Amino acid sequence: MNKWWWKILCIILLLYTLTAGLLWNNVPRVPNLQETIRNLYFHVCMWFAMMILFTASVVQAVKYLRTNDLQYDIRSREFAVTGIVFGILGYATGTIWMSYTWADPNTPTTASFSQIAKEPKLIGAAIALLIYFAYLVLRDSISDIDKKARIGAVYNIFAFAFLFPAIWIIPRLLPSLHPGGEGGEGGNPALNYKDLAPQMRTVFYPAIIGWTLLGVWITSLKVRMRFLKEKNLIEQWPEK
Amino acid sequence: MYPDSSNHGGGLRNYSKLKYFLGNSFLRICPNKSIELSKKMKQIFTLFKKDLLLEIRQQYAFYGVLLYVGATIFVLYMAIESPDNRTWIGLFWIIQLFISINAVAKSFLQESRSRMLYYHSIVSPQNFVLAKLLFNSLLMLVMSLLSMVLFSLFLTYPVQKTVAFIGLVFLGGWSLSLVFTFLAAIAAKAQQNAAIMAILGFPIIIPQLLLLMSASSTVFNLKVAVPLTNVLMLFASDVLVILLSLILFPFLWKD
Repeated sequence: MNKWWWKILCIILLLYTLTAGLLWNNVPRVPNLQETIRNLYFHVCMWFAMMILFTASVVQAVKYLRTNDLQYDIRSREFAVTGIVFGILGYATGTIWMSYTWADPNTPTTASFSQIAKEPKLIGAAIALLIYFAYLVLRDSISDIDKKARIGAVYNIFAFAFLFPAIWIIPRLLPSLHPGGEGGEGGNPALNYKDLAPQMRTVFYPAIIGWTLLGVWITSLKVRMRFLKEKNLIEQWPEK
Repeated sequence: MYPDSSNHGGGLRNYSKLKYFLGNSFLRICPNKSIELSKKMKQIFTLFKKDLLLEIRQQYAFYGVLLYVGATIFVLYMAIESPDNRTWIGLFWIIQLFISINAVAKSFLQESRSRMLYYHSIVSPQNFVLAKLLFNSLLMLVMSLLSMVLFSLFLTYPVQKTVAFIGLVFLGGWSLSLVFTFLAAIAAKAQQNAAIMAILGFPIIIPQLLLLMSASSTVFNLKVAVPLTNVLMLFASDVLVILLSLILFPFLWKD
């Protein structure tokens, strides 16, 4: 990860996302969305980045179990932490969007919370976040380094194997307001090509790549910091 | 709550026999695959029998869980007398969830460190975890049935399709026991109590609980069929848990 070109790419893509995403007058006029449709470039990308980071975390956990090399354990943990941050940001951007589209304007927002919180996509995201919070609690409650790494990796893999089915199963069981939920079909709204206006894709896809790269960048910084902190534990840490 | 069993000589009287069984099957190298498989089955069965014997000899644990079932349902009866169907089925599965955590938690927590080392030297981790899964499934099936009877006695019985409901209760109890058996193994290795099992398990079990609830909400109406896809998905997730346990338990096992 000591190449630098992808960091520049990340900055360029995010600058493009912010300017084109917020200013470029190419978005379709959807009656109940209006200008809030631009939130697509932020809200949906957060979930993409979260899932990609969690997947990276599981890959590192598998690598740890195969090699017993502690650097993979540290990478796995830091990917999970960054994924959680992106998940929370996804919730935050979703809340802004929801308060303009779903919430009943005649009652205070808190009154419609209990209905909105049963939204399948929210439950799926809540499961993902709860799993990784539990992972952090479990991993950090063990003091022995090797044991901590091994048990954390095992739980990480076990829980992740249930996360994806959960995201496929739940939308089939509950009614949904969320795009992509009509007709009990479920699925991911962002991957449904019929839903998205073609001209929005020119910003949307670069935005996904940009935000994901940002997540990886943050993680790589945190990993390097952790390597410095734990330097005394192991003789030969990798360079970066 | 579950003291170290090494001071329960009575529970382990069959130990030399166990050692003989396991030791023999481990040491003998069989060229024939079918014999190997039967050895494997024998190991699993012996470990299963050991758990069953311990359960029968130290009945306080079994009765403890039974008392937990009874007391919880009685408290519920005090709090809420005749719930409507939705509440009834919701409460039923929540009770099942807590019962399974309590029933399954001790399966790994009761094994002392030295005894785990002993198992380590005579059986393969896959056989060990399969025996545990098998035993806990049986335990949970018994508990599910008992709690279903008690629940129906105290809090009315609105179910129309009893056979389908019993089937779903067994399937649900089995799913819960499998997931929490593996989490008990993690909790035991992390030297934590049953509370961490709940933290680790709840997010994982939510989809299965939702599947169970939506499947079992059809038992109140004779005209609505039990959705087959839900039942199949539950089976699939059970198979997934067993496979993951077989793959991941060896990593937990080595110390």
